[in-house]
Amino acid sequence: MHPALLGLVTIVIGVGGCIAYFYFSNLFLDKVLFPAKGPNAGRNINRANQIRPWLFLFPAMFALGLYLGYPVVETLRLSLTDRDAGGAFVGLANYNQMLSEPKFWEAMRNNMLWLIVVPAASTAFGLLAAQLTDRIGWGNLAKSLVFMPMAISFVGASVIFKLIYDARPEDSAQIGILNAVWMQFEGGFGSVLFLQLLPTLILLAFAAIVGYVVYIFVAPFTSGQGKKGFWNLVLTAIVVLGGLYLVWASLSSVLGVWTTDFPYGQPQNWLTLPFYNNFFLMVVLIWIQTGFAMVILSAALRGIPEETVEAAIVDGANPFQIFFKIKVPQIMPTIVVVWTTITLVVLKVFDIVFAMTNGQWETQVLANYMFDKLFRANDWGVGSASAIVIMILVSPILVWNVIQARKEMR
Amino acid sequence: MDNIAGTKSSLTWAVHISVVLLVALWLFPTLGLFVSSFRTADQISSSGWWNAMFPTEQTVQLRAGGRDAATQEGDLFVVEGNLLEDDEESPGTGVTLSRYGVSSRDVSAYAVGETAEFGDGEKLTLNADGSYRYESPEEPGRRGQRVFVTAEVPPDFTLANYDQVLFSGNSTDSMAKAFFNTLTVTVPATIIPIVIAAFAAYALAWMEFPGRALLIACVVGLLVVPLQLALIPLLKLHLGIGIGKGYLGTWLAHTGFGLPLAIYLLRNYMVGLPRDIIENAKVDGATDFQIFTKIILPLSFPALASFAIFQFLWTWNDLLVAKVFLIDATGETTVMTNQITELLGTRGGNWEILATAAFVSIAVPLAVFFAMQRYLVRGLLAGSVK
Repeated sequence: MHPALLGLVTIVIGVGGCIAYFYFSNLFLDKVLFPAKGPNAGRNINRANQIRPWLFLFPAMFALGLYLGYPVVETLRLSLTDRDAGGAFVGLANYNQMLSEPKFWEAMRNNMLWLIVVPAASTAFGLLAAQLTDRIGWGNLAKSLVFMPMAISFVGASVIFKLIYDARPEDSAQIGILNAVWMQFEGGFGSVLFLQLLPTLILLAFAAIVGYVVYIFVAPFTSGQGKKGFWNLVLTAIVVLGGLYLVWASLSSVLGVWTTDFPYGQPQNWLTLPFYNNFFLMVVLIWIQTGFAMVILSAALRGIPEETVEAAIVDGANPFQIFFKIKVPQIMPTIVVVWTTITLVVLKVFDIVFAMTNGQWETQVLANYMFDKLFRANDWGVGSASAIVIMILVSPILVWNVIQARKEMR
Repeated sequence: MDNIAGTKSSLTWAVHISVVLLVALWLFPTLGLFVSSFRTADQISSSGWWNAMFPTEQTVQLRAGGRDAATQEGDLFVVEGNLLEDDEESPGTGVTLSRYGVSSRDVSAYAVGETAEFGDGEKLTLNADGSYRYESPEEPGRRGQRVFVTAEVPPDFTLANYDQVLFSGNSTDSMAKAFFNTLTVTVPATIIPIVIAAFAAYALAWMEFPGRALLIACVVGLLVVPLQLALIPLLKLHLGIGIGKGYLGTWLAHTGFGLPLAIYLLRNYMVGLPRDIIENAKVDGATDFQIFTKIILPLSFPALASFAIFQFLWTWNDLLVAKVFLIDATGETTVMTNQITELLGTRGGNWEILATAAFVSIAVPLAVFFAMQRYLVRGLLAGSVK
């Protein structure tokens, strides 16, 4: 049968079957099993109403159990068995083998890089875009254009960015914009300005902003007015440590900018430069996710009560103080939501790496490592073990989400 | 929030400029793909797409006429003609030539109008309009003298790439089959989870039964379970019960993976519907089934639309599920995302094909996105766990 026709038939059977199931099971319950008439009418109605929710829930629960619940258990079991030995139980041998592979540690290291850079950059850009577009007349148009990459597939985005990173031999015209720009630099004054002075300024500004944020968090403690709760202390400690690390990293990058010899005049294969190519891949995901962060944060910014901002202005706060001290603290819960959502996307990132480098040149990530193990090496044990690693990385967010959802329902 | 406390920020112009820059930065990559998909292969490789509106300088290898076109004048064999008109490889008749050469080692040795002398007394004179005169003491070969010309080619846009990708039927380049396969995957995989989830969401929102809170917690938990975990066990299951790799398995997998978000979104929306309406209907003797189909479903349209867009974008853009559950060794059921990753391998440098194929695959989601953006935003706001 032609697949399109098959699809149509499936829609009819699937949708029709679902509706028929719900309709007839209800009918059966009300008319045959517990009819609402006769001597036991009252009791029957109550009984029917006790059973009905489960009729409504059954297909969904069945599908969820089979397609998400069962695989978790089964993957855990597979990760402890050996497929070649006929599924014999081998304990943690698969994990041992995985941990001894350099490719796995490369994937872990890259995943950690992705986990730090992509949510941070997407949220920061999203917050910036939300704040900027909030004040101007054509903000909605600007927003929908920044939001647009959300509709583009990871594979499509990979093609788009491969064109940007494209490299041609030195003597022919560069068609990738990055190399075309790169070839403009030849070590003269312009190069110093754009490749050394400008990055230095940006890095210093970044360090200053991070330092300012750290200062905001520390200030209540030094002046002795802060809330002294345990979690507050932990949060502050994390922010301070992370902030100091970022300040240190950006300052040492400044040093790097001034000591590196740039290979001027040679087109670069950006995707094969070890370590830095990871960032060129991350750019793709940041480009896609910024719109998402912007939409959510923009709604949160709109929800801030105007009185708080007005009061701050009356008290003489400057725009930066208003943004960092009044607005950001009020939308902090939303920032956390955006951050965790993007973190989930990052943990599962597969298509971008698969399409652009396929994990070569030290760009492997966990999801692609797992795909490699499953379908190229045909090693289901190690593949399942790496899937479990992804699950373990996700589980803190899972627990957090469930706790939040339960809080909200009370 | 412009006029808070009576002050208008003096930085407004700076905000406008920053937003313009930001939007330009975000639009630039997609624009590059879009423009490239309308350019010819020669144009793409001779200049960056940002120069698409300007003439490009291309070097092309053409051939003068051979033995058949030669006439004898004294002891000389002479060929006259016009390179731009006679040669199939010609970049067109309207272009202006600037330099030419007769050896691949120096393709721009002579300016047009100059006479090149080479070989055993051979002479060639080429003019800017492509007309030439070639003289040789010996009879030319069957194929004429090679000439490398440097031409100013005016901007050239074409639909040929789309023709090649959509209608040529060439099995490596063709996206037509993949397009319909993607559509076949997407439509049932979008509709079926909505139906199943709507009933479950109604039960979780408006029916009283023990264990409801626990079930909702489970759904929230399953929202974040990575689908990587499901790949092997489900593939084993599908192979075990005889579904194998194919559309049915893919539809089921997409349904399963989409359900948590669908239930979560729809339940959150349905809980917010006014209680009075539902209780009035109950008092009037409506059954749960009637309340659901006659009241809840029509009122929940925005949430249904939100989820439908999510699921549509997700299934249309998916690569992993299709690779695992759909595409078998024959490759008959390839989807567009897979076709593109394969093109990246086989056609890595042919940007006219790659760009067009990619644009064909992102055109439909983009159209849906711009048409239904309102619902997408609403769904995003409701869907992130607060």
